[in-house]
Amino acid sequence: MEYNKKVMNLFNHPKNVGEVVGASGVGQVGNPVCGDVMRISIKVKDDRIIDIKFKTMGCVAAIATSSMVTEMVKGKTIKYALKVTNLDVAKELGGLPLIKMHCSNLAADALKEAVKDYQSRKVKIDK
Amino acid sequence: MEVYLDNGASTKTDIKVVKAMNPYFTKYYGNASSAHSFGLAARKAVEKSRSIISKKIGAEPNELIFTSGGTESDNAAIIGAALANIDKGNHIISSNIEHPAVMNTLKYLESKGFKVSYLNVDSDGLVNIKELESAITNKTILITIMHANNEIGSVQDIQKIGRIARSRGVLFHTDSVQSFTKEEIDVKKQFIDLASFSSHKIHGPKGVGAMFIRKGVNILPLLHGGGHEFNKRAGTENVSGIVGFAKAVELSNEKYNTIMRRLRDYAINNILKIKNSRLNGSFEKRLVNNINVSFKGIEGEAVLSRLDNAGIMVSTGSACSSKSLELSHVLKAINVPSDYIQGSIRVTLSRFTSKKEIDYFINVLQKVVKELSEMSPYGV
Ligand SMILES: Cc1ncc(COP(=O)(O)O)c(C=O)c1O
Ligand code: FES
Repeated sequence: MEYNKKVMNLFNHPKNVGEVVGASGVGQVGNPVCGDVMRISIKVKDDRIIDIKFKTMGCVAAIATSSMVTEMVKGKTIKYALKVTNLDVAKELGGLPLIKMHCSNLAADALKEAVKDYQSRKVKIDK
Repeated sequence: MEVYLDNGASTKTDIKVVKAMNPYFTKYYGNASSAHSFGLAARKAVEKSRSIISKKIGAEPNELIFTSGGTESDNAAIIGAALANIDKGNHIISSNIEHPAVMNTLKYLESKGFKVSYLNVDSDGLVNIKELESAITNKTILITIMHANNEIGSVQDIQKIGRIARSRGVLFHTDSVQSFTKEEIDVKKQFIDLASFSSHKIHGPKGVGAMFIRKGVNILPLLHGGGHEFNKRAGTENVSGIVGFAKAVELSNEKYNTIMRRLRDYAINNILKIKNSRLNGSFEKRLVNNINVSFKGIEGEAVLSRLDNAGIMVSTGSACSSKSLELSHVLKAINVPSDYIQGSIRVTLSRFTSKKEIDYFINVLQKVVKELSEMSPYGV
């Protein structure tokens, strides 16, 4: 598989690997196509993602997109994070091989799940 | 350091092979069918090569024809046998771990009305001889079962399979691309009717192979044209390629197999010391140069890429690196557990592989698996 330099670089030196301690929300999704799995945990303060980490079992593309999505939304608002799509992530990476596009779904979906989890916890607390 | 451990895919052409080939590019470049001196020199080289290779498998020279490689031999043997026996029946027996060159040829024949039974294999990747026997019907015209598997290296008892086929009056084809020069092949003793060989897996050049067709076995040709190769395969002979293939066969030696087997076992023992690892396929009935291992909770392509960064070249049987995203049909067939099936790599040695290279590989592999496991949500 031929990946671009940016993808390879992130795969080799991924940012934000791990689990956020005392997370405000956690999202885990599996890729139905290949069975790979990604988990994102976030810490939110004043509607902003102040910390975010990932753990991924997946291919080169999955690990690179995981890393990229965490960087894209760190410090950003919840509203912004919810708008990030897999295409945005792939674009930011300078493109992915066509058959690897589905791998980028993992990252965007896991982020959404993490935000949803945060929001549902918040509702409970607010009540 | 560059360490090539993908010899199941292709091998380094031995420099002695290249040297043997050279004159047939630049000096004796005549067509082997021409009546002049250059043509005769080419013909002589082709026939000498034919006798070297046929001798290696216990065949007569006129029972061996040259092809463009393993894929063509598989296609020609299976389609040729099917079409030649269409009035006898339309049933073929194979296994569910065949190489795509066989598998997709059978799928093609199914689309043309042939019926194929795909035998299951056990967790070692071996077909059950009893199941094979009971799959034979009075419509069965061909059994095609590979000698050694390209992914997990399982080696079938082809003598037993051949004996059954012969006693039931069914043709037996075996894909010997991976096993050639590494396992004994004796077409008489093993009751083989048709077999496929490829040069580039044994340190010969790419794009050349051979097919054994037992005397008296009639198959229809795939390629029509001039009367080359006993009217069984038209096309101007790839003289230099054929010479290189024969040289590669001459250079093969049982002593290399002993060395490879020892190195393979050394590598397997050390890889299995890594946490959450498993060997896919058989310990005993295994090709001398094949290792296929899985690691739990990580993905094969990620392992492959990290190894490649360190100069180590392997392949993966897992979904993510191949062109399709489907899991390996071979790993599925031997029931590799679901949490292991994605994390598989195939490591295939050659006679050029050194212990130093294996030590380096194991060292890097330990580190890579640890790093990727720490990154995994199934983390250890
Ligand atoms: C078992 C098996 N059969 C057939 C082939 C195809 O051979 P070739 O590459 O010469 O077409 C290969 C090689 O990939 C193989 O491993
Ligand atoms: S995430 Fe499985 S193939 Fe990329």
